[in-house]
Amino acid sequence: MSAETPSRLQKMINAGHLAVTSEVGPPRSADGVVIEHKANLIKDYVDAINVTDNQTSVCRLCSLAACIRIKQMGLEPVLQMVTRDRNRIAMQSDILGAASFGINNILCLTGDHQHFGDHSSCANVFDLDSTQLAMTVRMMRDEGKLLGGYEFEVRPQMFIGAAANPFAGPNVAIRVARLAKKVAAGVQFVQTQCIYNMDTFKTFMKMMVDRGLHEKVAILAGITPMKNVGMAKYMKNRVPGIDVPDAIVQRMGGVPKEKQAEEGINLAIEQMEELKGVEGVRGFHIMAIEWEEKVPEIVQRIGLYPRPQLAA
Amino acid sequence: MIKAIPKPMEEIINYVQDCTKLLIAGCDGCVTVCEAGGLKEAKVLASALRLYFTQGGKQAQVDETSLTRQCEKEYLAQLSDRIDQYDAVVSLACGVGIQHMAEIYDKKVVYPGVDTCFLGVNEERGLYSERCQACGRCILAETGGVCPIARCSKRMLNGPCGGSEGGKCEVSKDIPCGWELIYERLKTLGQLDRFENPVVPKDWTTSRDGGPRKIVREDLRI
Ligand code: SF4
Ligand code: SF4
Repeated sequence: MSAETPSRLQKMINAGHLAVTSEVGPPRSADGVVIEHKANLIKDYVDAINVTDNQTSVCRLCSLAACIRIKQMGLEPVLQMVTRDRNRIAMQSDILGAASFGINNILCLTGDHQHFGDHSSCANVFDLDSTQLAMTVRMMRDEGKLLGGYEFEVRPQMFIGAAANPFAGPNVAIRVARLAKKVAAGVQFVQTQCIYNMDTFKTFMKMMVDRGLHEKVAILAGITPMKNVGMAKYMKNRVPGIDVPDAIVQRMGGVPKEKQAEEGINLAIEQMEELKGVEGVRGFHIMAIEWEEKVPEIVQRIGLYPRPQLAA
Repeated sequence: MIKAIPKPMEEIINYVQDCTKLLIAGCDGCVTVCEAGGLKEAKVLASALRLYFTQGGKQAQVDETSLTRQCEKEYLAQLSDRIDQYDAVVSLACGVGIQHMAEIYDKKVVYPGVDTCFLGVNEERGLYSERCQACGRCILAETGGVCPIARCSKRMLNGPCGGSEGGKCEVSKDIPCGWELIYERLKTLGQLDRFENPVVPKDWTTSRDGGPRKIVREDLRI
């Protein structure tokens, strides 16, 4: 995992603890207080808080501003950055800006195509892709250099993350190869797509371990609790790259409506219990979509609360 | 080849409704192959416009022709002795030909009769799909002969993204995932190891990002 940074998330992982991260989605308005509110709900239960960057291509308050706010609350943000909307000038500029506020974690993403969002008629950028963004951050941090070649003194101390989706096409082996490529590009931690198909995930992890990749990159298993059977069906049928086995849809549908939310949480806990025993899993990334208030309960029930204190 | 589709009739009528003498100029090049702007389409459009004018009780002359290639001066020059008589020309060539017509006959109003779409292939009659975005520095040697710039919706150089599923792109089930195609081809060629090496950021200066492009071939210029 090479380069040590001041990131608390990195320290937590390096200390051998199962890390817990979660995310906050900024509002579709200038209401920054929403971010504080959401961050306060989860802050004692997680080691770092991701802030999504215009997720699903819906325009929102920017990730950088929200991360600064979270940092100023004394918490640990993970700056999500998609390459869809900005070119290499803008992204490097934002990375320098983030680092100037002591933000030490970045998640490099390509981002959903704008077709999904609220501005589907816009032009996209995709000057870089996620792998190239990771290379860029590494170059800025380790060589003090911009892509254009300019060298500078004060370097951004970023713990570099990326996403991985073991369930996408064409097959698991290629998803492992692609993650290996991201690791070669400088990625140090990964937050996976939400896991519902445990068999596929285990196959993926086995391949990672066989290649020794689990020692080069910290894998945080993605967990999204289902609110109801409708959400399970939606994710299964409508969200590209998410694999929800029929058994899970049936299980969610098998309990009365008013019990489904509870069932969804139970299911998430069971999955996490199982994932704890999978070699190479170094923690969890809990994406409780518009359901942040459930994060404390999940972390408590899985026995990861209180969070370990790191020596300063 | 360049692929185009005919513009809707209403849009063309909107441009030309006040004309009394009109030339519809097809092109025998790419737009003939994709049946959007050849002589056949020029004839069809001209008769439709004649009908439109007659039905509106208006006297208007609509002629049609087709040039070998509107992107070449020599062929455009064939219109020089008669173009003055027309109020306007509707060019059915691609965007290149339309502009060239307007450039050579700089006093003439030239309207586009097609929407120029992309550089692509004929999959079958009436089915065309994109293959190249003319980025100016071809990388097909590295990607198994499948272009990630034209065929990945996010023009990723290190794909496939996490939205690729069952061979389809996250954008639509009608779009094959370009990176799945690259994967299949590299597998066939025994070059899957290419998936392991990160591809560095691309220099886009030879693409549209460098501004309007020009090729100067000293070896060809005398
Ligand atoms: S790499 Fe560039 S030139 Fe080659 S096919 Fe793709 S867009 Fe066209
Ligand atoms: S699904 Fe495939 S073609 Fe579509 S954006 Fe992702 S990698 Fe590109």
